[in-house]
Amino acid sequence: MTLPLFFFYLFSGIVIASAIMVISSRNPVHSVLFLILAFVNAAGIFMLAGAEFLAMILIVVYVGAVAVLFLFVVMMLDVDFRELRQGMLQYAPIGIVVGIILLLELLLVAGSAWLVPEVAGSGALPINDGIDNTRALGQVLYTNYIYLFQACGLVLLVAMIGAIVLTLRHKPNVKRQDIAAQVGRTKETGLEIVKVKSGKGL
Amino acid sequence: MTPVIGLGHFLTVAAILFTIGVFGIFLNRKNIIVILMSIELILLAVNINLVAFSAHLGDLVGQVFALLILTVAAAEAAIGLAILVVFFRNRGSIAVDDVNMMKG
Repeated sequence: MTLPLFFFYLFSGIVIASAIMVISSRNPVHSVLFLILAFVNAAGIFMLAGAEFLAMILIVVYVGAVAVLFLFVVMMLDVDFRELRQGMLQYAPIGIVVGIILLLELLLVAGSAWLVPEVAGSGALPINDGIDNTRALGQVLYTNYIYLFQACGLVLLVAMIGAIVLTLRHKPNVKRQDIAAQVGRTKETGLEIVKVKSGKGL
Repeated sequence: MTPVIGLGHFLTVAAILFTIGVFGIFLNRKNIIVILMSIELILLAVNINLVAFSAHLGDLVGQVFALLILTVAAAEAAIGLAILVVFFRNRGSIAVDDVNMMKG
């Protein structure tokens, strides 16, 4: 067994084991932590496939942002997870049936992949081994695929606005600074001159 | 690019991961947080497929597509968790086996 193959089996074994722990763990916090483990090892698999940039992005985006977002929400919401576990095995049989059928179909597809070897070599964008992966991706991402790249940015913008609009709420009875009202004050509205006679109060 | 590790290895791992994700949705019908994590696993399996084919066919387009899927997955997680937070505020629980109140 060569060294890359050994590492591939190591990474994929940990990915699959931690994926099983994600869906079967009792505590959702443990689920998130196993999800992080799965993503880190999937980044290792990407690295073995020669996609270094995607491996780094996987760690930065998933482990750094998405998994922490999950962790944040799991810890912020005060949910009784024990109650949610009830009736969990009710759907297990149909899930197992669907899963096995799906796995068999996917493995059939995987088996047919090397039956048609002439597919290889007809790529639209052949990988140039002379330059590194990040540079190669950058050279096509900002030129040939600039519209897709912009669409990605648009998707992220819409997601950001949507998340803010969904979760923002204005509480009543909370004093806030109103800049427009502050700036719009005039001398007439803000100041009142009262003549006070001596010896008398207001 | 990597003749040492065959395409079948990658595809098998991705298929197993995809199946675990789908099974997780069935197993945790009530807990929407775990459902969202299962969707992340499914998208990860798709990404492994794309990267494996990209390396096998020597075509960089697969990696570009994997990048787009990463973006969509991040956006989906953000929106899903935002909806979850709003749902929790309104209901006080995240049991989603009866979410028909969202019909309005």
